[in-house]
Amino acid sequence: MASLQSLDIDARSATTLPSPQVRTAGKEVAKLIDVSTCIGCKACQVACMQWNDLRDDVGHVVGVYDNPADLSAQSWTVMRFSEVKTRKDAQAADTPANTSLEWLIRKDGCMHCADPGCLRACPAPGAIVKYSNGIVDFIEENCIGCGNCVTGCPFDIPRLSNADNKAYKCTLCSDRVAVGQEPACVKACPTGAIQFGSKEDMLDYGRERLVDLRERGYAQAGLYDPPGVGGTHVVYVLQHADRPGLYHGLAEDPRVSPWVALWKGAAKPIALLALLGATLAGFFHYMKVGPVREPDDEDPPPPPPEHDTPRAAARPETLP
Amino acid sequence: MTNHWVDIKNANLVLIMGGNAAEAHPCGFKWVIEAKKHNKAQLIVVDPRFTRSAAMSDLYAPLRAGTDIAFLGGVLNYLLSHDRIQHEYVRAYTNAPFLVGEGYKFEDGLFSGYDESRRRYDNASWGYELDDKGQAKVDPTMQHERCVLQVMKRHYSRYTPEMVSRITGTPQEQFLKVCEQIASTAVPGRSMTILYALGWTQHSTGTQMIRAGALVQLLLGNIGVAGGGMNALRGHSNIQGLTDLGLLSNSLPGYLSLATDGEQNLDAYYKTRALKPLRPNQMSYWQNYPKFFVSLQKAWWGDAATAQNQWAFEYLPKIDKLYDVLQAFELMSQGRLNGYICQGFNPVGSFPNKKKIVAGLSKLKYLVVIDPLNTETAEFWRSHGELNDVQTQSIATTVFRLPSTCFAEETGSLTNSGRWLQWHWQGADPPGEARGDAAIIGGLFQRIRSLYEREGGAFPDPIVKLTWPYKIPHSPSPEELAMEYNGKALADVVDPKAAGKVLARAGEQLAGFGQLRDDGSTAAGCWLFTGCWPQAGNQMARRDNSDPWGMGQTPNWAWSWPANRRILYNAASAAPDGKPWDPAHKVVRWNGSAWSGTDVPDIQADADPAASDRVQPFIMTAEGVARLFAPTGLADGPLPEHYEPFESPLGNLMHPGNAKVRANPAARVFKGDLEAFGQPKEFPYVATSYRLTEHFHYWTKNVQTSAIIQPEQFVEIGEELARDKGIRNGDRVKVSSNRGHIKAVALVTQRIPQLTCDGRKIDTVGLPNHWGFVGVARPGYLVNSLTPFVGDANAQTPEFKSFIVNIERA
Repeated sequence: MASLQSLDIDARSATTLPSPQVRTAGKEVAKLIDVSTCIGCKACQVACMQWNDLRDDVGHVVGVYDNPADLSAQSWTVMRFSEVKTRKDAQAADTPANTSLEWLIRKDGCMHCADPGCLRACPAPGAIVKYSNGIVDFIEENCIGCGNCVTGCPFDIPRLSNADNKAYKCTLCSDRVAVGQEPACVKACPTGAIQFGSKEDMLDYGRERLVDLRERGYAQAGLYDPPGVGGTHVVYVLQHADRPGLYHGLAEDPRVSPWVALWKGAAKPIALLALLGATLAGFFHYMKVGPVREPDDEDPPPPPPEHDTPRAAARPETLP
Repeated sequence: MTNHWVDIKNANLVLIMGGNAAEAHPCGFKWVIEAKKHNKAQLIVVDPRFTRSAAMSDLYAPLRAGTDIAFLGGVLNYLLSHDRIQHEYVRAYTNAPFLVGEGYKFEDGLFSGYDESRRRYDNASWGYELDDKGQAKVDPTMQHERCVLQVMKRHYSRYTPEMVSRITGTPQEQFLKVCEQIASTAVPGRSMTILYALGWTQHSTGTQMIRAGALVQLLLGNIGVAGGGMNALRGHSNIQGLTDLGLLSNSLPGYLSLATDGEQNLDAYYKTRALKPLRPNQMSYWQNYPKFFVSLQKAWWGDAATAQNQWAFEYLPKIDKLYDVLQAFELMSQGRLNGYICQGFNPVGSFPNKKKIVAGLSKLKYLVVIDPLNTETAEFWRSHGELNDVQTQSIATTVFRLPSTCFAEETGSLTNSGRWLQWHWQGADPPGEARGDAAIIGGLFQRIRSLYEREGGAFPDPIVKLTWPYKIPHSPSPEELAMEYNGKALADVVDPKAAGKVLARAGEQLAGFGQLRDDGSTAAGCWLFTGCWPQAGNQMARRDNSDPWGMGQTPNWAWSWPANRRILYNAASAAPDGKPWDPAHKVVRWNGSAWSGTDVPDIQADADPAASDRVQPFIMTAEGVARLFAPTGLADGPLPEHYEPFESPLGNLMHPGNAKVRANPAARVFKGDLEAFGQPKEFPYVATSYRLTEHFHYWTKNVQTSAIIQPEQFVEIGEELARDKGIRNGDRVKVSSNRGHIKAVALVTQRIPQLTCDGRKIDTVGLPNHWGFVGVARPGYLVNSLTPFVGDANAQTPEFKSFIVNIERA
């Protein structure tokens, strides 16, 4: 998304100023991906390409149906196919009779965390925003291409573009959602495996699916809405919620990386203290020693003051 | 489909076999998901591969490619021997009580009447025992040893679970689990739908595979009911329409058929088509054949078709044999066919044994390709290295390429698998010089007709007298064509039951095929479509999706043939007393004076079920009931019997001593092709070819987004075979048959199980077929370089689904 803003911003990377908040707060949205009814047709991938004007390379087969083989700046969602031998009920005895082949197909892409590690990690003001409806969006014009978002993401989602060195990922079609439409992938999904609505409704719908799955013997069926990142605005229905790793290594307990937490948590006040210390030291040095004098009188005008730093130092950390 | 897409949601059990609906019909598959979500339906998938459909299933059973009749024969045996059939339905609505004549035999894998030299059956001995009035004899107790039920019991008693497992490789336990689930639908109120596609049709026994499925459904009482049926999922958006309009070499519109060379006058022609009832009081609806046929002739030749000239019967060709695609290429390779028009058809990609196809095209004087995209057929003469290794300078065929339109560039109707004629509207103008197919054919016809008018010819009448009433003669409009198919009154059509009552005035569009006449007073281009464009206008364009009964019938959405009926044979959804078997899913019922319900009743509206010799619901058969045993209509036997594919690693375990019946004894095999079959010693692996969701046939390799999501040709093999051959996932491999080879990336997967058949390990090689030497996807080999040139004994659909290959690292 870019700056044609029609959604209120809840959080903005490397920024503590509050964003405009006059719009009536809507509900938090969510996309629900019901893995148990996904046939892996990749219509969502094509819809994503078409809506967002993305065209990845015509690649190669790498021994699985996953194509393109990975997320990229041109592929914001890909299907991950996993062949696993499972027991429907993990409590059942581990015998061949209880074991069967499953082909688990998971649509991979940004999870739109309530506590987005990418946003926390991002040093570029306004390059990553979280809207009040929960969507986490990259504003590429503000992106400095440092890749901290990649490090900060517990799901390994953002990708830097070789073409412009900026980071890209699923926008949850924030441009469509802002005008009351569902994301393109949801619209294209032929089986209704991808649903979109308020997070509350999606969780309700997901719980209905769990009843069906449990009746079919999936005793461990559950919703994937991991609390370690404050919950997500993309929620999975999983047949084996006790083992998310079966689904092409979906994170078991995703959390914002401790390094990012350190960088924006403990390290930040220390840095600010250091900054303040340096400023004070400079002040006392000035009081004691006076201005640095050049032998020449024709001084250039002093540089304009850096506005952000002192204000940031003066305000408490507002990010969650 | 006997039923329709939306109706799948009413099923309690969905059996996908001989198809892969999730993969090839992702949009329609939503109704399987709907049945699972909201009708607690179970999904069973039986397939050589663990497919995308299998990924959605509750129960998956593997089987060896080409052994479906053995599997279904086993299911029939299970139902019959465990008495898990719906007795009342079977007794009332099938020919189970009919007596088969004494001449019928089945011995050592052959039915009576076999002529080995011609590879053909004479079906005279398959008929019913008739009484002195020419009516079929029945035994309502179904105990007579020659009644169909007993004949079937004997026939299928050989298909024991042990035998099924030996042939198919399906583990017995899984086979029996499937049987038990299927049998659960024998009770009224529980229905199973069978979804199949080319996984059944593309075998040398394809028609009989489908019949075997139909037999299972009939024994269970699952035909005619909501959530039931035999549902062919068609492989192109309008392939149902193609079939309906008779675009096959021996067909005419509306399932009428061309006369054979032995039928030189109308009486002879009608004799085997306008069938008299075989039981008292039955509708035997094909008795109306002359009405449909004369109306067709009037639509085509207007005033030139008269009672005196037998409605221009002489204008139609009389065929000496089938001129299907295999036959056409056989004639081409013999140098006996020297011009060919491919309209929306890419035989170099789509037909077996590419070498033979290309050799045939190379012998033509001219080839016309009408297609919106470039195709391998249009490029057959161009060398593409190993992918198309031809000597261009030795090919003298002139190729004309006429660019046509894609679906979004034209207006018209598409007929979906569920028989709905759905009108659609042009979204964009075609690019460049492209024209719609009607404009191309219209333009050609204008020129050809003026040539005949100027120069005469051996027989110019059928061309110069053809009715051509279109406002723009070189470009008939879709509306004009649709109205012509529907038909109109040429003179006032009166009600035979109410003197003087006019049903349609001269010039008016007809309301239904009941108004067609055999006296030349009506014209209709396809009787089955009559009603799609009556006086009230275009019914196909209707878009009211209201669903008054909550069963997905949506009677005002588009228009369904016949007569806007959504479920065929729906009178069988009611018990013989006229009350629905399943009150929760009423389709039609007898209300005391007439049939009515959620659908257009498929029976005479005032047929009282209490009448003696009641009118039975299978109105198209001469018996009035469904045929478990088919006395006529099939080339290869009245009951489905297992034969091996023409290329197979195994002999026929059912008849190990009779080499004549290893493969279908009634399938046509051309001489040179017999020699091109491979031997299992050299080609030890079963191969099967198929589509993937990401692509549509050979078209979408021209589409960039489709190329991105499935870019490169691959073949799939199981882990055991990969280990044996030292092939790692992602290696390049060479797959060869006795007819050619391809090279592709190996995809090693657990989804292609190694099976044990008759104590032998059987490995399968899966061959997705979307790549070729034209398009934006990575160039690949045409899979049909490998496939055998032999077809189903009835439909001549090629055996793409089971043959033998070898595989090695490239």
